[in-house]
Amino acid sequence: MTTPNDLQYTPTHEWIRQESDGTVTIGITDHAQQQLGDVVFVEPPAPGRQVKKGEECGVVESVKAAADIYAPLSGEIVAANGELADAPEKINQDPYGAWMFRIRPSDPAELTGLLDAAGYDKVAAEDQH
Amino acid sequence: MSELKSTPLNAVHRELGARMVDFAGWSMPLHYGSQVDEHHRVRREAGMFDVSHMLGIDVKGAGAREFLRRVLANDVARLVAGKALYSCMLNERGGVIDDLIVYAMPDGTYRVIVNAGTAEKDTAWLQRQARDDAGVELTPRRDLAIIAVQGPQAREKLWAAWPEARAVTEPLAAFTAAVVGDSLVARTGYTGEDGFETMVPAARAEPLWRALLAAGIAPAGLAARDTLRLEAGMNLYGQDMDENVTPFECGLAWTVETRTPRDFIGRGALEAAKPRYTFLGLVLGERGVMRSHQRVRLAGGEGEITSGGFSPTMNRSIALARLPVSAAPGAHAEVSIRDKWLEARVVKPPFVRNGKIIVKDS
Repeated sequence: MTTPNDLQYTPTHEWIRQESDGTVTIGITDHAQQQLGDVVFVEPPAPGRQVKKGEECGVVESVKAAADIYAPLSGEIVAANGELADAPEKINQDPYGAWMFRIRPSDPAELTGLLDAAGYDKVAAEDQH
Repeated sequence: MSELKSTPLNAVHRELGARMVDFAGWSMPLHYGSQVDEHHRVRREAGMFDVSHMLGIDVKGAGAREFLRRVLANDVARLVAGKALYSCMLNERGGVIDDLIVYAMPDGTYRVIVNAGTAEKDTAWLQRQARDDAGVELTPRRDLAIIAVQGPQAREKLWAAWPEARAVTEPLAAFTAAVVGDSLVARTGYTGEDGFETMVPAARAEPLWRALLAAGIAPAGLAARDTLRLEAGMNLYGQDMDENVTPFECGLAWTVETRTPRDFIGRGALEAAKPRYTFLGLVLGERGVMRSHQRVRLAGGEGEITSGGFSPTMNRSIALARLPVSAAPGAHAEVSIRDKWLEARVVKPPFVRNGKIIVKDS
């Protein structure tokens, strides 16, 4: 799967989409779901929680392993994708469609520090070893 | 890192798109796309596993029987030709060196199948025990490949792929084996389903695998093998037991034969010591996945998960655990998962057999 050019990324395998209302939507990358294998349980952060960039704020558990999800930006959690509770496999089937949560950033300048698709592909390639 | 060992089916796994991993120094298929799909195929239809990393060791000679009666905690005197026996091999302290299956071959010899991760240690141990015994000849069989075909349709599909095997293997009862040409076919497995384990000359592995594939048997990787054996309540060496745990502390008391006065290695220690834990199952009542080494607390004290994971058949997390000796099925427990104590129930494994959930859900 090609890494979408209209998204931004973190070295910890989250993708970030900027929405027109100023919030950002977060999910995990195709590379991340492939590494994890069949996802069976997702725990996104609760709406209303304040997070700092880089903070552990959720969990994705596959049959094989548990992976922490890190907040790519500081701000307030404004939404979590409740659909994933009953259909966690959507993360495997459609990683860039199955979003996990939304943040209203408190410091939009942090957006400039994220990776673009090419930058993330390099990170993912090194992670293969 | 030293180079990984590969089975005769390595290239075929890659051709089938397997995700290959290092397992005990072997390059082995973890899955071929989805371990959960592979799991369901085995429970509902038929799947096959390359387990050629496990080692067969032939035990021959006039002293073979008495040798095995001394080095194994279960008693091969129970075996008639064509029968298989599951046993632990113990050290002098009663700790488990390995768990294995021993086959009484139709020609009066024995074949022992040991785990991949312990194969070298086991071979050395057996050779040391046989050192002064001129009547015992040990032959490691790295020239053999092992393919396990498991599931409710496993036998029919195997016969479709290998018609010559049908006449000899159709009458086989569970835990018995027969020779088919240059191969051994046993009605054994590690999934809780019916099926066969086949030991074939390495050169025959690929043609057999392709014929089984053409008969509609799904290739399944080590990941599915692990969730299947966990549901079946079968122990995994290195996780559920090791050299510091006795069979009485890992749910394997039923494999230790003590009714006869036979002197097997570890017997004295087993009879002198009291078990420190009881070994039971857990079913998680909440969302989350139990993993090995997580702490368990219950009325009688604390315990530890030895094998934990997600059960695709039950759609919830299950585990095997070392618990305080007072623990019993039905008890309420809590498991420490990622800094939270989650509710679980103590149960008696197995969880799933022959495609059905059998663990008592009360």
